[in-house]
Amino acid sequence: MDNTDSPIVRIKNLYKSYRRGSQDIPVLEDITLDIREGEFLALMGPSGSGKSTLLNLIAGIDRADSGSIRIGGIEIPSLSETELAQWRANNVGFIFQFYNLIPVLTAFENVELPLTLTGLSRRERHEHATVALKVVGLADRMDHYPGQLSGGQQQRVAIARAVVTDPTILVADEPTGDLDRVSAREILDLIGRLNAESGKTIIMVTHDPRAAERAHLIKHLDKGVLHENNQAPL
Amino acid sequence: MRIIKLLFKNAFRHKLRTWLTILGMTIAILAFGLLRTLVSAWYAGVEASSSTRLVTRNAISLVFPLPISYKDRIRQVEGVKLVSYGNWFGGIYIDEKHFFPNFAVEPKSYLELYPEFVLEPKQEDAFLKDRKGAVAGRKLAERYGWKIGDTITLKGVIFPGNWDFVLRAIYTGKDKSTDESQFFFHWNYLNETLRKTIPRRADQVGFFMIGIKHPGLAAEVSVAIDKLFKNSLAETLTETEKAFQLSFISMTEAIVVAIQLVSFVVIIIIMAVVANTMAMTTRERLGEYAILKALGFGGWYIAGLIFGESLVITLIGGAIGIAATFPAAKVFSTALSAFFPVFNVAPETIIMDIAAALIVGVAAAVVPTSRAISIRIADGLRRIG
Repeated sequence: MDNTDSPIVRIKNLYKSYRRGSQDIPVLEDITLDIREGEFLALMGPSGSGKSTLLNLIAGIDRADSGSIRIGGIEIPSLSETELAQWRANNVGFIFQFYNLIPVLTAFENVELPLTLTGLSRRERHEHATVALKVVGLADRMDHYPGQLSGGQQQRVAIARAVVTDPTILVADEPTGDLDRVSAREILDLIGRLNAESGKTIIMVTHDPRAAERAHLIKHLDKGVLHENNQAPL
Repeated sequence: MRIIKLLFKNAFRHKLRTWLTILGMTIAILAFGLLRTLVSAWYAGVEASSSTRLVTRNAISLVFPLPISYKDRIRQVEGVKLVSYGNWFGGIYIDEKHFFPNFAVEPKSYLELYPEFVLEPKQEDAFLKDRKGAVAGRKLAERYGWKIGDTITLKGVIFPGNWDFVLRAIYTGKDKSTDESQFFFHWNYLNETLRKTIPRRADQVGFFMIGIKHPGLAAEVSVAIDKLFKNSLAETLTETEKAFQLSFISMTEAIVVAIQLVSFVVIIIIMAVVANTMAMTTRERLGEYAILKALGFGGWYIAGLIFGESLVITLIGGAIGIAATFPAAKVFSTALSAFFPVFNVAPETIIMDIAAALIVGVAAAVVPTSRAISIRIADGLRRIG
């Protein structure tokens, strides 16, 4: 692992609340967090603790009420919607609990999808998508539709889609939450390998302590407050 | 991967729903096309009228006759090239259900005035030489299986008695808009018979058909003719053939307006059906649109997917509907040939069909697109699972 001292993600005094009727419900309170490049961070906490909200804010798919999120030197809250979409396309790889593949596209087409936003030629897109599918061990399933794949295989396709654009950070929201134990272990192995071999910065939300054990660092959120960490064994 | 491929795949995710919507669109476009063709058929006589032909009739009403002696005076009016004349005969063939228009006309000048009625020279000669000879349009002859030399008997209503005619010629239309269901015979045959049976009704015509030198003279010649017979016992009303035909249409204008309204109502109904399909489809896929947005796809891409899908459905339905309009119009044309001798699907109708399919496709996608674009990614993702 090739960590550097300067954090790639720097969060300061972050607040987020949701409005329910006339009431403001605080979700995140005064979050300050630094994540170094190449780090594998697990965010844990009970349901409603705000961990998915924090992940969404880091990934640029939600807006904070106040505070600063700086990723790779870019102040995320200051970006317009269009700039934010462009930034996500270039810098964030998403791994969701329910894989979220497009059912009418093949595994190859799902992986190729984010590349259509880049300036790559058709041939280059084909090469990149093929390599990504090879990395996740599904080169022989590229013409299969998500419905023809197991849960674990679908999640591997989702991981290939997440890494195909070579993003700055990978965000994973309960990536093993919908998988059996064997598949979950395979997925965690794959995520761990991506971190170890490719040096990808990974932020993972999980309920599962065994999944969290794979991370270098575990942070706990409770009622929107970030508690200092339990250092996981490297 | 091209967006076109994705929107086609999306359109057929729920095959039954999509095909039912396409079927609805097909029926709507078919109905729209047939109703527009019906309106065109209503105006076929107007469309087929020539700008160099005028009609002179009794100023009081078409049912009152004019003396045949007016012919020579009309001929002398500056700008008039040719004068023909005739009567609406209104004879019945077999019974009232077997209607077709039949006229007694001065044959030589009438055929000269109507070059769109194309006759074989031999048949034309035979017709002109036989006082009891008659000419029928191709469609009319086909309808009753008439052949040259057949005797056709019409029962006179305006001119009582049984009238026998020998079919001497069958005309074909010069173009698709020519009425091929008319029947005409020698005015002299009618007049000579009337001289013997009802002498007071002899030497009178229902209308004069006037050929003018060029269309620009129409107003001037019309005024000159009517001025000629001002304060006479039978004052005249002269108008262009088009205006004359339109005066018949105006009597049934309410029906035409009703048909036009119904044709638009059909489109509005299918618009609601397609909009419902698109709303359901979009609601089901809000999570997917949220994923696409999370991956960096912008609102235009999402809009392209939804509008494209809607247009795929409406244009497929529209294309099938247009293709079905032609055979359906043929069936209608055969069934209603007595009322609509010209029942052709006009190019304008096809353009309106395509425009309707496009408008329905676009309109149906507006609200679902707005919803899909405006939903927050986090809210959209929450719908999955």
